[in-house]
Amino acid sequence: MSHAAVATHDHDHDHKPKGFVKRWLMTTNHKDIGTLYLIFALTMFIFGGALAMIIRLELFQPGLQFVQPDFFNQLTTMHALIMVFGAVMPAFVGFANWMIPIMIGAPDMALPRMNNWSFWILPFAFTMLASTFFMDGGAPAAGWTLYPPLVLQGGQNLAYAVFAIHMLGISSIMGAINVIATIMNMRAPNMGYLKMPLFVWTWLITAFLLIAVMPVFAGAVTMLLTDHYFGTSFFNAAGGGDPVLFQHIFWFFGHPEVYIMILPSFGIFSEIIPTFARKPLFGYVSMVYASAAIAFLSFIVWAHHMFSVGMPFGGELYFMYATMLISIPTGVKVFNWVSTMWKGAMTFETPMLWAIAFVILFTIGGFSGLMMAIAPVDFQYHDTYFIVAHFHYVLVSGSVFAIIAGVYYWIPKWTGNMYSERLGKIHFWWSAISINVLFFPQHFLGLAGMPRRIPDYSTQFAEFNMWSSIGGFAFGLAQIFFIIIVIRTIKGKGTTKATDRVWEGAKGLEWFIPSPAPHHTFQDGEAVKDEQLAHVSTH
Amino acid sequence: MNKTVLKTALAAVLMFGFAFALIPLYNTFCEITGLNGKTSGQVAEDILITQTVDENRVITIQFDASVNSKLNWEFRPTEFEMQVIPGKLYKTEFYAKNLSNSEITGRATYSVTPRVASLYFNKTECFCFTEQTLKAHEEVIMPVTFIIDSKLTEDINLMTLSYTFYKLES
Ligand code: HEM
Ligand SMILES: [Cu+2]
Repeated sequence: MSHAAVATHDHDHDHKPKGFVKRWLMTTNHKDIGTLYLIFALTMFIFGGALAMIIRLELFQPGLQFVQPDFFNQLTTMHALIMVFGAVMPAFVGFANWMIPIMIGAPDMALPRMNNWSFWILPFAFTMLASTFFMDGGAPAAGWTLYPPLVLQGGQNLAYAVFAIHMLGISSIMGAINVIATIMNMRAPNMGYLKMPLFVWTWLITAFLLIAVMPVFAGAVTMLLTDHYFGTSFFNAAGGGDPVLFQHIFWFFGHPEVYIMILPSFGIFSEIIPTFARKPLFGYVSMVYASAAIAFLSFIVWAHHMFSVGMPFGGELYFMYATMLISIPTGVKVFNWVSTMWKGAMTFETPMLWAIAFVILFTIGGFSGLMMAIAPVDFQYHDTYFIVAHFHYVLVSGSVFAIIAGVYYWIPKWTGNMYSERLGKIHFWWSAISINVLFFPQHFLGLAGMPRRIPDYSTQFAEFNMWSSIGGFAFGLAQIFFIIIVIRTIKGKGTTKATDRVWEGAKGLEWFIPSPAPHHTFQDGEAVKDEQLAHVSTH
Repeated sequence: MNKTVLKTALAAVLMFGFAFALIPLYNTFCEITGLNGKTSGQVAEDILITQTVDENRVITIQFDASVNSKLNWEFRPTEFEMQVIPGKLYKTEFYAKNLSNSEITGRATYSVTPRVASLYFNKTECFCFTEQTLKAHEEVIMPVTFIIDSKLTEDINLMTLSYTFYKLES
């Protein structure tokens, strides 16, 4: 008899509210809200992915074939905004909602009603953002970085984009407050900070980052709005403002933002790797400190995105060295993952395959980051396809792989059904190969000087672009396959019933409650037992 | 729990304010360090008293002028380059003409490169940040007088003073 069976016996079975409106629209249940976030993120992933497919279609050959340059710029801008704010961030919030209360033995999130708002703001925000496609002048086309003066010359979409950003900023901040309040106040007895799973730790740190930088981003876009509509001159040189100032404010938000998108994925992989290596995570405490160090450093390196704006020599040097410093805690993490696998009794179920691919491909992305951190050579890489390759290696094979791996890892717990291992492996190999065909050639394109955000290019770039497009279509198709796998698992087609433990010897509270997880868990506030936890640090 | 929520919410509000606080912070920072190429406005001519003139040190000043696309003016320096000795007063002129058939008001901004050198570029007379109104097809000559501070560091021997004229929207 596990302790969780006791915890849930008085509350499980059919305590779910009936009817669509009550169950989903008005839900305050962390698991239901987590599910909503994940479905929403998947929808946005398809939408953003479709835009990317048009981009790769246009770039398949030199010349203009399918879209006009202005629409092309709308595509790149909206692809990025939707993937960053609509797909990756909400997906991680979905994981947080589902898993954090379970992992720390809490009955729900600390602020369940606010949780409901945080989610239901999002569909409205993104409807507003997407509606700009149908407006005069189209969607925002100045890039996701929204640099003035260009972004101010694009018509009325600016107001819509800014309000959408305000709304999803509010959503993120409320979500972050909720995560912090939950972790700091709702841990079950005997769940000390240094016993928390790493996913909980990385999310706690991410939540602090969100609270620190989302408001700064909201402030920056508010200034764009007043510059455009109310005659202020924050970024308008004619009125004594400075457009470069926007870049500083944006990247003060933007660099921590990229860590907001990667820290939770560090957390997910730090859960998966020990399970399949059948060893405790190597260097648990150093992982916590490394995450905190990365978060701190992310505030003081922002101008590595601006090496070519004409910074003084001292500034270039400072931001170059500070940026390189980040690779130390990041390296600590990579070594810890590898050491966890070292001499482990490894098996290669689907989540583990994604984890191993992540360690390798993310490291490639880290290396290209280091190359660009070298200020003098970044003048060549900046705004070329090299940087496009860099951030897709860290964001797709980092964040998106983590989301996919996390779904495979926890979906048996969520649905009670074991996904088809055979299909999962096909999906993995298909994606792992195509992503490299898609993004690796872009390194060479960038080094040879192909600029980013252009619909046409000179003919010497044709071959690599064709390869990249083929890889892109293959990768896109693989994700349709993923959706089929997920739906089949939810419906229980071609699957087996999942056991409660799901993975042999897996540790962590989620593996000591039934599968599928009952609607209510950990209602009785009972103390957690050390032997159920993956990390019981002695520090 | 309420305390946690209150503190984090307060932090979020403060960070929103911080975004706006960055504007004066940035401007002061740039003014002190000269990092964004803005010199600290106009200075009085008595700066000459504090200068120690080294007749052997000659540096080149280039002049550059451009107009924002919304402004239908012609605008150029009357001479493109000048050899100057730091610590002495010099004068140059810029030419502007309204090419349109109506009266237009414009305003110029300026910058100095290399950016650190802007700290040593002192203008005693300048048309920057004052509004210029030109009637249809009117021409003007606008003087700039300046002194390069003799404390200018040794490694700099070329500077560019650049002006951009913008249309002032009423
Ligand atoms: C070792 C760690 C890393 C280093 C040293 C690094 C360095 C850099 C540098 C120098 C740039 C600017 C390049 C340029 O504009 O010329 C850049 C861009 C970028 N990086 Fe990284 N990076 C690292 C990790 C990451 C991670 C983990 C992510 C996200 C998960 C990320 C996401 C991005 C994005 C999105 C951009 C492009 C932003 C844009 O201009 O649109 N980077 N990186
Ligand atoms: Cu960065």
